Amino acid sequence: MKKSMTLLMTVVLGLTLAACGSNNGNNANGAASPSESASASPSASAPASESPSPSAEKLTGSILATGSSALQPLVEQVAQKFMAEEEYSGITVQVQGGGSGTGLTQVSDGQADIGNSDIFAEEKFKDADAPKAAELVDHQVAVVGMAAVAHPEVGVDNLTKQQLVDIFTGKITNWKDVGGADQEIVIINRPSSSGTRKTFETYALGTTTEDLPGSIQQDSSGTVHKLVAETPGAISYLALSYLDDKIQVLKYDGVEPTVENITTGKFPVWAYEHMYTKGEPNPVVKAFLDYMMSEEVQNTDVTELNFIPVTSMQIVRDIDGNITQK
Amino acid sequence: MEELRGKAYVYACILVLIVTIFSIVYFIAVRGLSPFLSDGVGIGEMLFGKTWAPDADVPLYGALPFLFGSFSTSLLAALIAAPLGFCASIFMTEIMPKLGKTVLQPAIELLAGIPSVVYGFVGLSVIVPFLRDTFPGQGIGILAGGIVLSIMILPTVTTISTDALRSLPSGLKEGSYALGATRWQTISRIVLPTMLPSLLTGIVLGIARAFGEALAVQMVIGNAPHIPGSLFESASTLTSIITLSMGNTTLGSPHNNALWSLALFLLIMTFVFVFIVRLLERRAVR
Repeated sequence: MKKSMTLLMTVVLGLTLAACGSNNGNNANGAASPSESASASPSASAPASESPSPSAEKLTGSILATGSSALQPLVEQVAQKFMAEEEYSGITVQVQGGGSGTGLTQVSDGQADIGNSDIFAEEKFKDADAPKAAELVDHQVAVVGMAAVAHPEVGVDNLTKQQLVDIFTGKITNWKDVGGADQEIVIINRPSSSGTRKTFETYALGTTTEDLPGSIQQDSSGTVHKLVAETPGAISYLALSYLDDKIQVLKYDGVEPTVENITTGKFPVWAYEHMYTKGEPNPVVKAFLDYMMSEEVQNTDVTELNFIPVTSMQIVRDIDGNITQK
Repeated sequence: MEELRGKAYVYACILVLIVTIFSIVYFIAVRGLSPFLSDGVGIGEMLFGKTWAPDADVPLYGALPFLFGSFSTSLLAALIAAPLGFCASIFMTEIMPKLGKTVLQPAIELLAGIPSVVYGFVGLSVIVPFLRDTFPGQGIGILAGGIVLSIMILPTVTTISTDALRSLPSGLKEGSYALGATRWQTISRIVLPTMLPSLLTGIVLGIARAFGEALAVQMVIGNAPHIPGSLFESASTLTSIITLSMGNTTLGSPHNNALWSLALFLLIMTFVFVFIVRLLERRAVR
């Protein structure tokens, strides 16, 4: 009995303290109070520090980039190459995943030097957090294209925008209503917080959708691909790098999701991959970002991993979706 | 001197432990209480609301579907694992102790060491297609989650009931046989009632583990934030929604805080399970 009482007291005490703490510390909407940052694990590497010495021009320091799991493989590969260069051998780059939200939070709090994100920071830091987005500097390093995909036996290879909207809002529930087989449609969606879903909703559907009963939600592209390939009647959307012959790629209003169609602006469903820094990057981080944007990396690593080089885009799209020719 | 050094070491370890546990509780509580304290979400609204739409224009934080999903998958897992685990332990102690000790027990304990992502993948590759072909629906849902979890908690249930069986006073069984009872009569009338509290302890610990398991469940349950109409329809648990959305939301945003509230609820449930186990242990001693 005594033991349980002690345990109970501990919990109650913890909760009470927390309640008080959050009253004082959380008025600034999630501003970390000192005690919190003490209990949160400090990031493994300190922000990049430089030791400039007049004689050596070689940059030294460490860079921590965290965030988007979609962008992670590219940043990792480029980081390996970057560290192997003689010129930059004094710099270590660490890359971690964790999701776009994590990347933006950590770069904004100064725990990471670079925050990788699939969407604009302004779309994540809203309302009270808006000033946080204003502090961040956007570096668009690649473009990722997305296509609607379906199970190979649905008998459809093209959907109009309206048909897609009707499917994802639950108006159309059978493939025969869009000219396919008599097969119930199974929506395989991303969670409502996902950047991939936001991109798809904004540029393919033009409207936000609700999570429908009976729909499946998965966050990892690999799992989505597996489900679409195996579940009869499935429909979803995937980045171009995940398209293969196990799934039916759907044309959008008759336009094929190809790199060329994206760079010329014919195929609208794509997003920038962002690498955010808090304020202007220091020389070490800047060296890495410049390396990322170099012709060589853009035309080898970026295309190798099925991203589209930013440099090859003939159009520019701002956060509100306004498109201008380069 | 030796004495002192040992004592200091033990006390230091205990201190670290207490600080760690307290910090975790504190951190989760600070984050988890902020929706109610600063984002203006009602506790009742969260516990009994049916709509979870944190990214909508008017955000709604109804977590009832997740509570329902968590409890139903855990209880279903316990329903499947309890008889399996109990029969396995009977087999290992009463029927074929030698084979049980050398083959079955290590095999079952091996299950505890398999990473949950493997369970999830096996569930997605084997159980889900099987359910899809056998029953109406997509194969994902509460039943798929329950089956995967039942395999995961089997070692917990089996180990605890095996230990209980082995520690039975030997006089009980001999007395029963001496009175002319058969083996099955002995097991069902003497052994089972005597070890029931321990068996229940094993089941509660199993449920606690199932309740907190995230990844494996997330892969096979479907994750639609709705209360499903059947066992074969996409559903969500507290853990699956946390793993899905935590990385995509920024720390301190209302959506992220709401996820921490779910984590806080999980923590409280864990305490409840610990209390239940304590109660059962006290009964067992008597």
